[in-house]
Amino acid sequence: MSRETTLHLSVLAGLALLFVVLPTYHAGNMARIMVLAIYAMGYNFLFGYTGLLSLGHALFFAAGMYGLGLGMTGLGLTPLPAFALGIVAAAVTSAVIGFLALRTVGVAFMIVTLMFAQAGYLAILYLGAYTGGDEGFVIQQAERVLFGFDLTADGTRYFAAWTLFAISFLILARAVQSPFGLTLIAIRENEERTRMLGYDTGAHKLRAVILSGTVAGAAGASYALLFGYVGASFATVQYSIFPLLWVLLGGAGTTIGPLIGVFFMFYLIDISSGYTSAYMLVAGVALVLLTLFAPQGLGGELRRRVAPWLP
Amino acid sequence: MAAVSLLETRALTKAYAGVLANNSIDFALERGKITALIGPNGAGKSTFVGMISGRIAATSGDVLFEGQSIAHLPAHKRIQLGIAYTFQITSVFGGLSCHENVALAARRLTGRDRAALEARVADALDRVGLSDRARQIASDLSYGHQRLLEIAMGLVQAPSLFILDEPTQGLSEAEVQAFMALMRSLAGETTILLIEHNMSVVMQTADRITVLNYGEVLASGTPDEVRGDPHVQAAYLGTADA
Repeated sequence: MSRETTLHLSVLAGLALLFVVLPTYHAGNMARIMVLAIYAMGYNFLFGYTGLLSLGHALFFAAGMYGLGLGMTGLGLTPLPAFALGIVAAAVTSAVIGFLALRTVGVAFMIVTLMFAQAGYLAILYLGAYTGGDEGFVIQQAERVLFGFDLTADGTRYFAAWTLFAISFLILARAVQSPFGLTLIAIRENEERTRMLGYDTGAHKLRAVILSGTVAGAAGASYALLFGYVGASFATVQYSIFPLLWVLLGGAGTTIGPLIGVFFMFYLIDISSGYTSAYMLVAGVALVLLTLFAPQGLGGELRRRVAPWLP
Repeated sequence: MAAVSLLETRALTKAYAGVLANNSIDFALERGKITALIGPNGAGKSTFVGMISGRIAATSGDVLFEGQSIAHLPAHKRIQLGIAYTFQITSVFGGLSCHENVALAARRLTGRDRAALEARVADALDRVGLSDRARQIASDLSYGHQRLLEIAMGLVQAPSLFILDEPTQGLSEAEVQAFMALMRSLAGETTILLIEHNMSVVMQTADRITVLNYGEVLASGTPDEVRGDPHVQAAYLGTADA
């Protein structure tokens, strides 16, 4: 077994063990962290590995979330087909947005993705009759049952989050080591050179947007299913910025960075909000310090100082 | 001529805001030979190979590769046909290892066949003498070694046309000698289009020479013919008769 695989399986084993040792409150937090880490990993695939900075990923997260939510409450689907609907919704959305936004590069790409996401957010509000507007809607506890497991119970919710995290984690860890993923890294490093090695860089970038957006959508669908709430606040620009911050904090372009980033940001806010209402100031100071002293993020520092092989 | 020409251009023209960087260039590249493209700075050499490789869109004219027009194809499709291109300004993947730089160039051809990939990469690194530096990060290499890495990235594609844009620029004398030996070892294996400023390299390696000046073909022929051409001498030395 390679070092990379050993690391990934150890992370998953560690997360499973945490449930046994953690008190209920923190186990609940960890379930949320794992779901948000799926979102961060999807974002990292595009930002960290392909070098494309999107400011519109909340739209993909929301596409998955509303796909599942409306599938269950509107169409009366059971969780499994509703989950599939959420993933399809995110895949289609990211294919369309990717196709249009990839005509631009750099700052223009950031702005175009941001604008599409804002348009999506406003569409959710505009279609309030179906989406519940900014109040959103709740998925009833009785409906959140998968294969006979009640997803609202602490244990099943934790291991459902763990399973979804594990699937996304292993798929993406494999993807970044595949010829496709290695070509994306080449595009990040030097797109013109990659093109002149005979790669269709445009098609590669589009596929990267679709995979990244679909994983973000899977996170949105998981969040709605496990925590029972679908709301427009998840489509706001704030939710497009979060994955960027998580990935920067944890280490862009590392497989474990997104999980580390979500974990630290979550507890940074959780702990500091216990002391002061200005907890976002604490998060801001942490990010400034990080930019000054560890611009590669925690995972990046780990790679630089301890383990250069870190995938 | 059609049978022996690997590449042809017909009336290939590039205008930048009315200035003709390349004016109606007719050119044929002989299969299996080393052809050097020379000319003073600003003669339009890089524009010309840019239009062949697809990096620069032609204003008018046609490019034929193996008898087929490729003028409408994007750059990556032309590369896929078997044209390899090394950049004038070193353009390796600085953050990746030497091995991965070359592997990226080869992977498009080998797909998921790991063993074939490793064999090709090892062979290409060996030919340019970088085998012992395979694990080194490309940006840590000396400039001369980065140039050699560029060449390895071209070689590993086993191209039918290998375009080298000023490959010996900035190399030490010993490295230039090694480069020339490498070029000679490729004779017959591939067709080489060499843009070069170093005249001793051109005269010692090229089978044919084409001289560009002011975006037009000034002369074409064997090294001896070109050397004796009064127009070429005038362009390079600035005598009055041309």
